[in-house]
Amino acid sequence: MGMTISEKILARASGKERVEAGEIVEANVDLAMSHDNAALVSKIFKEIGVDKVWDPDKIVIILDHRAPANIIKAAEAHKSIREFIKERGIKNFYDVGEGICHQVVPEKGYVKPGMLIVGTDSHTTTYGAFGAFSTGIGATEMACVWATGKLWLKVPETIKMVINGKLQEMVTAKDVILHIIGEIGSDGANYKAIEFYGETVKNFSVSSRMTISNQAMEAGAKAAIVPPDEKTINYLRDRVRGEIEPVYSDGDANYESEMEFDVSDLEPQVACPHTVDNVKPVSEVEGIEIDQAVLGSCTNGRLEDLEIAAKILKGKRIAPGVRMIVIPASREIYLEALKRGYIEIFLRAGATIINPGCGPCLGAHQGVLASGERAISSTNRNFRGRMGSPDSEVYLASPATVAASAIEGKIVDPRRVVG
Amino acid sequence: MKIRGKVIKYGDDINTDVIFPGRYLAITEPEEMAKHAMEDLDKDFLEKVKERKIIVAGKNFGCGSSREQAAMCLKYAGVEAIIAKSFARIFFRNAINQGLPIIECKEASSDIEDGEEIEIDLDKGVIKNLSNKKEYAFKPLPDFIQEIINAGGLLNHIRKRLNR
Repeated sequence: MGMTISEKILARASGKERVEAGEIVEANVDLAMSHDNAALVSKIFKEIGVDKVWDPDKIVIILDHRAPANIIKAAEAHKSIREFIKERGIKNFYDVGEGICHQVVPEKGYVKPGMLIVGTDSHTTTYGAFGAFSTGIGATEMACVWATGKLWLKVPETIKMVINGKLQEMVTAKDVILHIIGEIGSDGANYKAIEFYGETVKNFSVSSRMTISNQAMEAGAKAAIVPPDEKTINYLRDRVRGEIEPVYSDGDANYESEMEFDVSDLEPQVACPHTVDNVKPVSEVEGIEIDQAVLGSCTNGRLEDLEIAAKILKGKRIAPGVRMIVIPASREIYLEALKRGYIEIFLRAGATIINPGCGPCLGAHQGVLASGERAISSTNRNFRGRMGSPDSEVYLASPATVAASAIEGKIVDPRRVVG
Repeated sequence: MKIRGKVIKYGDDINTDVIFPGRYLAITEPEEMAKHAMEDLDKDFLEKVKERKIIVAGKNFGCGSSREQAAMCLKYAGVEAIIAKSFARIFFRNAINQGLPIIECKEASSDIEDGEEIEIDLDKGVIKNLSNKKEYAFKPLPDFIQEIINAGGLLNHIRKRLNR
């Protein structure tokens, strides 16, 4: 019996010829990512009582969650991280303003196919878009990884997801993955890995693949892997050091299940409050009034996301009474968006541009919602209170739907605004 | 290890944002985290947990963020065990690493009511409802995970291992 991509990566990382789903392995981690919660990780690390981190070159830290610091506690946390990395010789550090961890880590060349990556952030699954086995862990585990470089992992079963069909105009990767989560539920892939196949995925840009690998976590996925192809290699070639060695599944690999989706007739999708699997076609929620429109996040703050929004907003004004917040996912994306004129389009439309980072996604700062307010957002979670008051509401949608809705002041099908 | 106590019952998909809201994530002291436990789900939680130490919930408990604060705040608020139909994977690991016993048991999760008194035998894999004497079997956690829980969490466990 052959192996899935996850089985192959975990076998290699644990020094074994082969492993099977269900087996528990002690694996050697190739990359350990943390963000602002490195403050908590480093505090726990110090309590372990070892002096040195296992390998400073395999640790990367990016400040993005409360960047720049919004309260004194956050400023103190950032300060403690800056001190820690100096003390322990960690050079892979990106301070306030560089961008969101899940954008910066691939952009700066830390991700390669076949790697085992762990991060103290649930959306670490994003790097699966490059063919890595990449998953979220907690702070205590990360402290132990910093100390030993090792972690126990249960080899997950894999769902083979085949997505076919040519998407309609203004229908994007976000709509595809929201639709899938709506179908399989918020725990539809819990404890499991996903491998994505099919012509739709092949036709997706690297950015779109990052969107599906990122958002798949909201179905509980442990890893969400797109097998590497030319697009992957082209993106990585000038960014990474050393050889790129893609890992593919065997023809006779054992999948827990196979699912097929035809997305050719898919209309834009919206995840309604307060769970990500409460997904409806936009036609069922059109007309719901909004107070805020958020374009950004590790799910949808990349150049193609800003591009489609700029196309919709060009020469238009956002509705009176609506706040539109735009957050480019990284400095690199921000600069390119400036060059291409997208930022000017957003500003003239009446939007507020926030520095690269997580922005209001997790309800910490930069556009939190008051009670009774409603946002449409290209972020990845709509849990009660996620973006501010527990009495506010978040509707998740694609950048196109967010931009179109900002113009109308209510949820709207972007195909109508453009057409 | 046996755990005995009264139950606080919740539903499906209790997510990390309602267990520990993102606005408090800059907090690094567990005792302070505990003050915000379940803040966006149940305003009376801190009052309830003084008397009732076991949470019983539906499917996918702890879904969402990797924030370990979600497990930490519950533990330091006084929760001694959580029974659910299923747990989201990162919360599952975080709870173990905090030394907080978690049990997957569909039947117990459906049957046991708010306020009932139960006893959990972690080694034998049995939950007893002391209110009506009904018993439920569950698969005990693997030995190496029980070792982490018995050590009081991964931090103590790894300290022992590294200093051996």
